[in-house]
Amino acid sequence: MRPVRDIPPVPGRRVLLVGPAAWTFRPRTIVVPAIGALLLVLVAALNIAHGSSNIGLLDVLRTLLGGGDRRENGIIFDLRLPRTLAGVLVGAAFGLAGAIFQTIARNPLASPDILGITWGAGVGAVALIVLGGTGGQTSGLVAELGVPLAGLTSGIVTGLLLYALSWRRGIDGYRMVLVGIGLSAVGYNLVYWLLTVGDVDDATRATTWLVGNLAGVGWAAIGPTALALAVLVPATLVCAHTLGGLQFGDDTARGLGIRVSTARGTLLLLAAALAAVATAAAGPITFVALASPQIALRLARTAQPPLVGSMVLGALLTVSADLTVRLVAPDLPVGVLTAVLGAPYLIFLFVRGRRGARA
Amino acid sequence: MRTRLASVRRRRVLALCVLLVLLAAMSALSLALGANPVPLEAVWQALVQPTGTEHDIIVRSLRGPRTVLGILAGIALGVGGALMQGHTRNPIADPGLLGVNQGAAFAIVLAVVVFGVQGVHGFIWFGFAGALLAAVVVFLLGAVGGRGTTPVTLALAGAAVSALLYGLISAIVLANRQGMETYRFWHVGSIAGRDLAAAGQIAPFLVLGLLLALTNTPGLNTLALGTDVATALGRNIRRTRILGILAITLLVGASVSACGPIAFIGLIVPHVARVITGPDYRWLVPCAGLLGAVLLLAADVLGRVLTGDSLEVGIMLAFVGAPMFIYLVRRKGLARI
Repeated sequence: MRPVRDIPPVPGRRVLLVGPAAWTFRPRTIVVPAIGALLLVLVAALNIAHGSSNIGLLDVLRTLLGGGDRRENGIIFDLRLPRTLAGVLVGAAFGLAGAIFQTIARNPLASPDILGITWGAGVGAVALIVLGGTGGQTSGLVAELGVPLAGLTSGIVTGLLLYALSWRRGIDGYRMVLVGIGLSAVGYNLVYWLLTVGDVDDATRATTWLVGNLAGVGWAAIGPTALALAVLVPATLVCAHTLGGLQFGDDTARGLGIRVSTARGTLLLLAAALAAVATAAAGPITFVALASPQIALRLARTAQPPLVGSMVLGALLTVSADLTVRLVAPDLPVGVLTAVLGAPYLIFLFVRGRRGARA
Repeated sequence: MRTRLASVRRRRVLALCVLLVLLAAMSALSLALGANPVPLEAVWQALVQPTGTEHDIIVRSLRGPRTVLGILAGIALGVGGALMQGHTRNPIADPGLLGVNQGAAFAIVLAVVVFGVQGVHGFIWFGFAGALLAAVVVFLLGAVGGRGTTPVTLALAGAAVSALLYGLISAIVLANRQGMETYRFWHVGSIAGRDLAAAGQIAPFLVLGLLLALTNTPGLNTLALGTDVATALGRNIRRTRILGILAITLLVGASVSACGPIAFIGLIVPHVARVITGPDYRWLVPCAGLLGAVLLLAADVLGRVLTGDSLEVGIMLAFVGAPMFIYLVRRKGLARI
């Protein structure tokens, strides 16, 4: 790695060269995710430590490293670790999906919640829970693999619909958001119809699940989710090199030599899949996908949401929200907190966007 | 010139007459069709001289109230939608999309769960307050920055406010099982299972709202020219706006209190009415009201026939309305009205 030019493309920034690849070196893009990751570890440890029987932080560490007694092992490995891990995975997936949607739509309001992807994924998952053919008592393989798979499938279908319906000689960010609002309405109503078809025990369960809940997530659900993310996240990060060009709009991107339709379609599908996998695992934890890329963008001071930073912040936000809910009102699902906190933030973004400043 | 005006008027009168006939036909179908179909002669018999047969009971105590409520709510939502689109000069204004329904829903959930209010008569006032508050907030947000509302800003402000209210509603409902039971059936928007008393309770508010709406129509015609021109023509804009918001609140709040939030009627109907009558709001608003009633009854009957009464009318309408919304959004330019 060596600086090559006397005048770097970004004034005041050093240029890094590795073989044919070149980067502008921005310290904040590394520092922000690093600090975020440290905080994430801390919050995750607190989340594991807190509960009806508190366990000290050091004991948590000892247990995680394999030195716990039977009681500690049971509490941590069976209950709290899966919940925290699910928060990390789901939050990271939402953060990454949100960053990509926002960059492609060139609009900070575009997130899987607003665009209808999460409701779309919800339709598949709730349909399986309510109509599963097992009298509502979904269990075994259907519950473990079927629900995430159904959510993934219907989420991707929603993503395809979104792309097809908002395409009209190119993609316009606002048109995409508006089409997404329409799709959300369909998904939302489908879900509620399914809820009225089902019997009430199931409906209560399904509604809890629909606002986004980490409480019920066990190892069985984490396995498939982690597997799906292990494929999707690297694929997204590799495909994301076109984002830098896409953010300038269709004409400029084409001028820069990007196959606009292919690149954008691939990225949209990957982002939809990420959001759908996360939704299928824990329900739509709203506004994580909306807020974390925007926060990451401000902290890292980049032109577009930084992908890794958005992931880390998404995970951090989700686990912090979960910890807060568990401290304040243990019965409520985490999605309620993120919705109540996130919606005013959405309104703020909207008002600020109207005043002329653009993210 | 005279003859052209006369022919336009004749067409409008004819359209209203056709709609009235359609509404009568739809009502007859709504009374006749269902899980247990009643022949039309028996429907007539039940309405004119009931003798207490099974058919009479079905028609008079089950489908009758449902049909009356459907007509009332349809008129209210159609007229409310037309007023909203006129005042915002925005083709995608709709009480459901702009958060007005969610506002009323939130206030009513609060009334049921926190204050223990029961029955339409109790929570109709909460419905009004919530609808009014949400409408005002959404319009203010949509106009932030001093550039007036555009379709995009209004829809987004509506989505943001709806999302906030949805989060709050979930928080309240999830903590309270009884609230959940009431909420989940009321919430999807249905005209089934209500008695005639519910229709009676909202009727005075609807009549008042309709009268306000009709007196508001000449003002809407001048507002359609833009606020500057309207002011120059001597129209008191503030009074017109306040009158409009009052009418919208009464109409939408009453229908939401009785039937739950029903979206998309207010979106679709004014566009169809505009095709039939042209842009004159004095004709457009009554036409939208009748069309709204016809559409609501049609959706209800269709849901009943297709799925044996498991598909509520609010959901049925979303399946018809959302594609219409997407079509409007895709239209070139998404022009102002």
